Amino acid sequence: MLIKLTGGRVYDPAHGINGKIMDIYARDGRIVERALDGERVDQEYNLAGKVVMAGAIDMHTHIGGGKVNIARTLLPEDHRGDPVPHSDLCRAGCGHAVPSTYITGYRYAEMGYTAGFEPAVLPMNARQAHLEMGDTPIIDKGGYAMLGSDDMLLRMMSANADQNAINDYVAWTIHASQAIGIKVVNAGGISAFKFNQRMLNLDEQNSFYQITPRDVLQRLARAVHELGVPHPLHVHGNNLGVPGNMQTTLNTIAGVEGYPLHLTHIQFHSYGTEGDRKFSSGAAEIAAAINKNKNISADVGQVLFGQTVTASGDNMVQFRNASHASPNKWVCMDIECDAGCGVVPFKYKDQNFVNALQWAIGLEIFLLVDDPWRIFLTTDHPNGAPFTSYPHLIRLLMDKTFRNEMFSRISPDAQAMSTLGSIEREYSLYEIAIMTRAGAAKLVGLHDRGHLGIGAGADITVYTDNADREAMFKRPDYVFKDGQLVVEDGQVVKVTWGATHVVKPEFDRSIEQTIAKYYDKYHTVNMKHVKVTDQQIADDGRGHVQVHACEGRREKTA
Amino acid sequence: METFAQAATMDSVTCPSCGLLCDDLSVERDSAGNLDVSKNGCAKSITFFARAPHTPAPRVDGKPVDLPTAVARAVEILEAAHQPLICGLGTEVQGMRAIMALADKTGACLDHMNSNGFMRNIQVVQNSGWQICTLTEVRNRVDLLVIVGTDIVSLFPRFFEREIWNAESMFGQDTTKREVVYLGGRDIDTSAGIAPDGRKPTVLACDLDQLPAVSAALRALIAGKQLHANSVGGIKVADLESLAARLHAAKYSVITWAAGTLNFPHAELTVQNMTEMVKSLNKTTRSSGLPLGGIEGDMNANQVSTWVSGYPVRTSYARGYPEHDPYHFSTDQLLSRGEADTLLWISTFNPDRLPPRTDLPSIVFGHAHMKLEQEPAVFIPVGTPGADHRGIMFRSDNVVSLPLDQLRSSALPSLGTVLTAILQAL
Repeated sequence: MLIKLTGGRVYDPAHGINGKIMDIYARDGRIVERALDGERVDQEYNLAGKVVMAGAIDMHTHIGGGKVNIARTLLPEDHRGDPVPHSDLCRAGCGHAVPSTYITGYRYAEMGYTAGFEPAVLPMNARQAHLEMGDTPIIDKGGYAMLGSDDMLLRMMSANADQNAINDYVAWTIHASQAIGIKVVNAGGISAFKFNQRMLNLDEQNSFYQITPRDVLQRLARAVHELGVPHPLHVHGNNLGVPGNMQTTLNTIAGVEGYPLHLTHIQFHSYGTEGDRKFSSGAAEIAAAINKNKNISADVGQVLFGQTVTASGDNMVQFRNASHASPNKWVCMDIECDAGCGVVPFKYKDQNFVNALQWAIGLEIFLLVDDPWRIFLTTDHPNGAPFTSYPHLIRLLMDKTFRNEMFSRISPDAQAMSTLGSIEREYSLYEIAIMTRAGAAKLVGLHDRGHLGIGAGADITVYTDNADREAMFKRPDYVFKDGQLVVEDGQVVKVTWGATHVVKPEFDRSIEQTIAKYYDKYHTVNMKHVKVTDQQIADDGRGHVQVHACEGRREKTA
Repeated sequence: METFAQAATMDSVTCPSCGLLCDDLSVERDSAGNLDVSKNGCAKSITFFARAPHTPAPRVDGKPVDLPTAVARAVEILEAAHQPLICGLGTEVQGMRAIMALADKTGACLDHMNSNGFMRNIQVVQNSGWQICTLTEVRNRVDLLVIVGTDIVSLFPRFFEREIWNAESMFGQDTTKREVVYLGGRDIDTSAGIAPDGRKPTVLACDLDQLPAVSAALRALIAGKQLHANSVGGIKVADLESLAARLHAAKYSVITWAAGTLNFPHAELTVQNMTEMVKSLNKTTRSSGLPLGGIEGDMNANQVSTWVSGYPVRTSYARGYPEHDPYHFSTDQLLSRGEADTLLWISTFNPDRLPPRTDLPSIVFGHAHMKLEQEPAVFIPVGTPGADHRGIMFRSDNVVSLPLDQLRSSALPSLGTVLTAILQAL
């Protein structure tokens, strides 16, 4: 099967292509240079005047696993507001803040997204995360395994374990969880909460292990780097949401000794303490630090106004914020001496000073970070807003007039505390393509996605250029997934099943004996049952595992 | 490739006979496929695995037929149905995924055989949420366990062995010093709560239907309120005050219940008293709820239903999109009001869980040893997950899922296989 996309205006930043009129060929799901001599084009699409990009990649979106399903259970009223009937092609379900899995897949595809990465895969809950993602059609998936409050790591660190042993344990966890990276959430803090600590600053010790968050970050950042995992350590910082936490964030950046670090939903970690209400924007300082430190990347976690639900591994913070729950109900869990979770519904209001300033801080960070290869478009779905609001967010970034009009409507006190109105920058289509395609693929370590070069998976999105960028990005003309036309005029026309992207770094398998004994002694399951197999992901014949290359294990430390 | 032809000893076997999903069993298989638990068994697991291999033919109107004939008849019945009810739902994750696809296609209602209990918990989550933990947290952290309205062990036989009197714990706790309190219920077997050193548990007995008052009183005391009564439900207020003080002083208390046991009207409010007292305790110390369940795949049904439809069971696809109502879409309500016109009953783990009596055309997907009181229009025996075929099962805590292995060869199809065949023919 050969398809030809003819005469579109192509934005492919991975190859420096910025709006060039080009033809693109794809054979059997992969992009090829041209038709072979005498080869017939099975289907040609005339894309004159259209904008062509690779399929978009959401590098941080909560789409699978226990806390997502808890969020669904918690909010039947939100689902009642957005019922989705089945069609001849598509299954029924519900949408809005935490859509059911099928609707998640359809709606991502209908926005031109072809991959999403679940950032908080608890190793003890990894099978569920993959099961849910396995019922999410069309898009590719993957996840980051969560470490940093698990007893095994903290125990090893407490005993001053050799870095090589830590690296082996981290690699084992990536294999067992079928992950493509490692995430740390409130390093050591989820564990500290179980010992009744309510805050944990970067240099404060977990009362049981005598380990600080800084220690955990250094160990894990180094492990990820030394294992050659392409995705840098994915960090949800300490003190999320606390006024003044920008200092924690700046110290975190300074504290990892140059190892690559990805700071997630950084908007929630960029707060100062100025002004009458002791809550102010730290965006300028945070953006300056990102601009200066090339080892740092971040996604924003933009807040947009309306009802949503926050679902996080950080139960210490979620418990603290539970009094803000709207509607007033919430779930917090301690999980398997491994992790935790907290699910708190939120309604962000444009006339609420704090919410309005959060909105402005997110946009300030987007606009003040110079390098679009190191800043990523997320709402931390569903924590800042549901992913379906991305087209609106893109318009805010690309259209200064629109942005300033929105800015003029928020709480006047928040306006007075923000520089947003004076920022001239507008993102270009090329920069949007970097942030949502080429940059995201590079950051996650997907060699064959996020670009339109020869050999890439033919995940392609075609838009009609429209000065109203929200309308443009909401409804692509065509979306191709692995060369198959899955969306036409913003509607699913074919349901396919994507891959699960993973890495499998090398490690010394003898660590399994240690881990197995540890499980036998302390846990309630056998170690071998923790491991998610390829077969469990491929069951039903719909999913499959795609392994991406690691850079090779770096020189072992002494 | 394992052919299961020979006798063998299988280790680290996962047992789906209760929600603990113990995965440390050894099971002996003889060359005929008979299974026998040889290590780490309990009354439930021994019964579960001892059911001999059995391959009865499917039946249509009581007459043995081959599987394609039974499937074809099931398809005819479903095509004539206006409002099917798919209930029982005793299956593992892959079976439940197939059930969801069938419900979507046929506009069916979905309900699990244990929903009367499970919904008590769901209603609390939907109304106020909760703060809970999982089994490994209990095993390593609990210092005060309060058990409400159950002995635990008749439902979860190895609970104390695995989670309370375990010799080792992660944080250096002397587990023999753990305190156990039974709150509510009469003549409960509390022997499992006796510590290894012979220390007896505290027993605060009352009739189950007094638990609403007793739990409300304890919740009030924990919140710092004064009670004027001297006793509540036959329990001295002084004893409840003492328990409240111990809960405040504990470093990590766990309050546990099995919602199916709390069989009195509006028991969800009693569950809520417990979950709200846990929230109160967490203002100053640590405490968690531990809802016990996971029997007959109720967690599987609710997890899969929630991610596929957006709602737990008691969900209807009648309008083409899912709607949830914990009262109106119950099996009892739908049958008693005559709102369903076709019944599908599923019980793959347990032959003793039989469909409700009904005059409706019925299709039963059952354990091979099922002895039906009423012959359905179609009976299709299916394999037992964890013995005849593999699967995935969620544990009582609704977080950990474990793979179930195939332990013997079986000619029985899995539920998923049969439902997929029906779906394709519809």
